[in-house]
Formats: sequence, C-alpha cells, structure tokens
Amino acid sequence: MKTQNDEQAHRAVEAVARESYGRLVALLAARTRDVAGAEDALADALLAALTTWPRDGIPKNPQAWLLTAARNRLMDHARHQQVHDQSAPTLKLMTREFDETADPDEWPDERLKLLFVCAHPAIDPDIHTPLMLQTVLGLDAVAIGRALLVPPKTIGQRLVRAKTKIRKTQIAFEIPTPDRIPERLEAVLNAIYAAYGNSWEDATGADQRVAELGQEAIWLARVLRAQVPHDPEVRGLLALMLHCEARRSARRSAEGRFVPLSDQDPNNWRKPMIEEAEGELTAAFQMQRPGRFQIEAAIQSVHAERAHTGRTDWAAIAAFYDQLMQLAPSIGAAVARAAAHAEVSGPETGLALLDPIDPQAVISYQPYWAVRAHFLRQLDRTHAATEAFDRAIALSEDAAVRAFLTERRNS
Amino acid sequence: MLYALLIYENPSAFERRESLVESDAYAGAWRAYHRAMLDAGIFVGGKPLDTPETGTTVRLRDNKRQIQDGPYANTKEQLGGFTLLELPSLDAALEWAARCPAASYGAVEVRPIAVELEPRVTVEDTK
Repeated sequence: MKTQNDEQAHRAVEAVARESYGRLVALLAARTRDVAGAEDALADALLAALTTWPRDGIPKNPQAWLLTAARNRLMDHARHQQVHDQSAPTLKLMTREFDETADPDEWPDERLKLLFVCAHPAIDPDIHTPLMLQTVLGLDAVAIGRALLVPPKTIGQRLVRAKTKIRKTQIAFEIPTPDRIPERLEAVLNAIYAAYGNSWEDATGADQRVAELGQEAIWLARVLRAQVPHDPEVRGLLALMLHCEARRSARRSAEGRFVPLSDQDPNNWRKPMIEEAEGELTAAFQMQRPGRFQIEAAIQSVHAERAHTGRTDWAAIAAFYDQLMQLAPSIGAAVARAAAHAEVSGPETGLALLDPIDPQAVISYQPYWAVRAHFLRQLDRTHAATEAFDRAIALSEDAAVRAFLTERRNS
Repeated sequence: MLYALLIYENPSAFERRESLVESDAYAGAWRAYHRAMLDAGIFVGGKPLDTPETGTTVRLRDNKRQIQDGPYANTKEQLGGFTLLELPSLDAALEWAARCPAASYGAVEVRPIAVELEPRVTVEDTK
C-alpha cells in the first residue's frame, strides 16, 4: 500500500524530472560527450530516487542528488567497460563542482551547447528537431511523433543512430565560433519553435509539462539572443513567441469556452510581454535582413495593435502573409493568408486563395476546414459549409474548439 | 581522439598526378597541407594511395578466394589517400578536412577510429 511518504516522494521525483531533465542531461553530456549515456544514467538515477526517497526522505537538494547518482552510474559504467575513458577524470571533478551543498541555480547551464550539438551539420538534418525536442526538452518519441506527424518507431531508431554518431565522432560541446553559428542556427530556431508550437496546441493548460514547454522555449530563445545578439531571426522568433504567450490565457473564457483571436478582450493580454516582443521586433527590423520569423512576429504585432486602435489592420496582415508565402511557403501560411485576404476583400477572394492548395496536403489539416467552412457560411452555401464544419470538428483535438465549431455550424 | 581523413578524388584529379605542368600546383598544395599538419603536431600517419586501377579486391566466399580487379566500389570518386590525425573533437577534424586540397576538387570523409573495436582486433607488437 502506498503511504503518504511514498506519494510525496513520487511527486518530488516527477517534479524534479520535469523541471530539470534537459538541464541535467546537458550537464552530464557536456562532460562525457555522450548524450545517450547521460540519458540512461539519469533514468537510472530517477529510478533509484523512486525507491530511496520514500525510505530516507526527500533530499535537501534533489537536483544535486540526481546528478551525483547519475554521475556515479557513468563512472561505474566506464570502469566496467575497461576502455580508456577520457571522461573519467572530468566526471570525478564534477563531484567537487556540484556537491549537495551547492545551489543548482549557480550551476552552469549547458542546454544551449546541447542544442547546438543536436543541430550539428554532421547529423542527419531530418533528425535535428526531434533530437533537440528529446534531449533538451525531454519529450518522448510518442510526443515528438505527434508534434511532427511521424511514426514514433521510425523516430526512435533514428534518434538512437544520431546519438551514437555524437558519441563516436566526439562532437564538441561548445557554442560554435561566430562563423560556424549560421550553419546551425536555422535548425536551432526551428526546434525551439516546434517546442513552442507543441505547447501552444494545448489551449486548456491541463498538462503542466506542456505549459512549461512553452516557457522553456522562450527561455532558450532568450539565452540564444544573448549569445547571438546580431541575428534578426533569433529576435524575430523571440518576439513571435512572446506575442503568442501574451495571449495564451485569453484563448479561454472564464467558463472555459474557446475565444478566437478576433473576439479576445485586449485587457486579457499580458502587456509587459507584448512590450518586450515589440522591442525585439524593432531591433530585428533595424538589422534590415527580413526572415520568416520576423514576418510572423510582425503579423502578431499587427494583431496586438488592436489594444490601442480598437481595430485590426487586415490589409497589413494580408501583405505580410503575401511576403511570408514568398519567403517560406507552408500550408499554414497559405490558409492564414486566405483568411486575411477574405477580411479585406470578402469570402470569394478567400475561397479563391484556398482552392489552389493541394487537397492531399489538407486532408487532416484542421485550420483549412475551419476557415473554408467560415467562408462558405458567409456565402450562404449552407450544405457545403456544414460539410466543411464537420470535417473541422472531426479534426479538432481540443474539446472547447469542437464546441465552438459545433455552435457555429448550427447557428 | 584519432580521426581518419579519407580522401576521395575523381579521375581527373588522379590524372593530374601524372601531368608535369599541373603537378607542381597539385603537389605543392599537398606539401603545404602536410607541413601545416606537422606544425600543428596532430599528424599521426597517412599515405597517398596509387590510382584505383591498381587496386585489387579480395573476398573469401565459401572458403574460396575471390579476387577482383579494381577497387571495392566502382564509383567515379575513389579513395586516393588517407591521413590519421590526433584531434580533440569532430569539429576540429572537420576544420582540417576543409583545409585539405581534395576538399575543393573531390571530397574528404572524416571517420573516427573505432576505439571500442581496436583493442579486440589488434595485438601488441612484441618484436
């Protein structure tokens, strides 16, 4: 039978795993250059905590406890293998560096280095984002598969291969020199954005880990900006995420109903975040090197303007989407562009922009069907509208969004 | 950490070894590269290989020796030489690979030495 002690200890293990997974993996791997080994050792340490903590009590410094346990595993392993392991002396040094009295907040944060290792050009580009999501942000293969629409099994095998390559070729755990940063930066930005997107989907905020993922993505972008202050896309991405984050809770009414952006009360937006976003975007634009994330942030900035002007400048938004489609075409941008132009020139224009999109690509893309249903409803094509609403409802994961669409369909 | 740079060259690069006029620039570039590696104190070993046609490939199948004229893979770009370097990371090895003359006209593959396998497949030289 589970005692109260057990439950407290389990919750403590869960919390420290959630908060510190990527940080601890990065700390260990930065010293051994072995990501898979670091993950295995940390998993062992978490298992040990589950049996030890209920018995002996939760340690004063849980992170240091886990780090010590994981480090001991790595040292045992090295001794067992009897290979001339170069990491043994560095692991020994860690004992002094991170003993249980030290404040974990003062430990170096190696996550950015780990991020750059995962984005290394020597690693299969298709696996860059999944690798970062798993090692730095602690997502499992199932969550990654869901976020990137690929089978978890395929992902799992390719992750193993990538980690083997990191270990065997001894990729350096360091922030690349300025001339080597550009070849990795795009992959790093894409992974941070994928992490944020994954957390944004979950509008209910029911899953705490998912909400924290959004915070972590923003934190990583801030650290990256400190390291690479002269790249406008880094600032663009940070501005984009801050604009979205400022509106996170405004997406739900007090009763838990879905509130679309155009119906949100700007008083529910978090002003300091919007101001920070605007500052980043201005700095980015001054560098005069436009890019995908800057344009997406600019679109969100126009939406945020409504707090001051009381109206949305759809013509400006439509123009930004035109530019985005030139620079970085995607299904999402194409659908959003149609919606923006429809606000300016009417639903016929919107439909005309939706029609050329490859039908195969939108079979299971919910926003396409929601936007299409909206246009058809405005044009009084009731039967076709109902069909499109039904598809959008069937493709919605979020119950509040389903309820919202059902209401529109029936109105 | 030991890295091998495997140097791949296309037929025209192999031909350049023969031509007198061009061989100065060709050989000069390689000599300069070799000097740079020696000066950096990272050069462990390495040799140029003769042209692919001089290669002979051996396989033992069903206890029978199969000897085949020519290199292992019949592709345009062929292994033309190898270099062994002692370096701290893949990143450092990639820097040296980029400096190799063949990087600009052929390709250079960087491979770590199989540290885990080596002690199982080699013995001490007791002579």
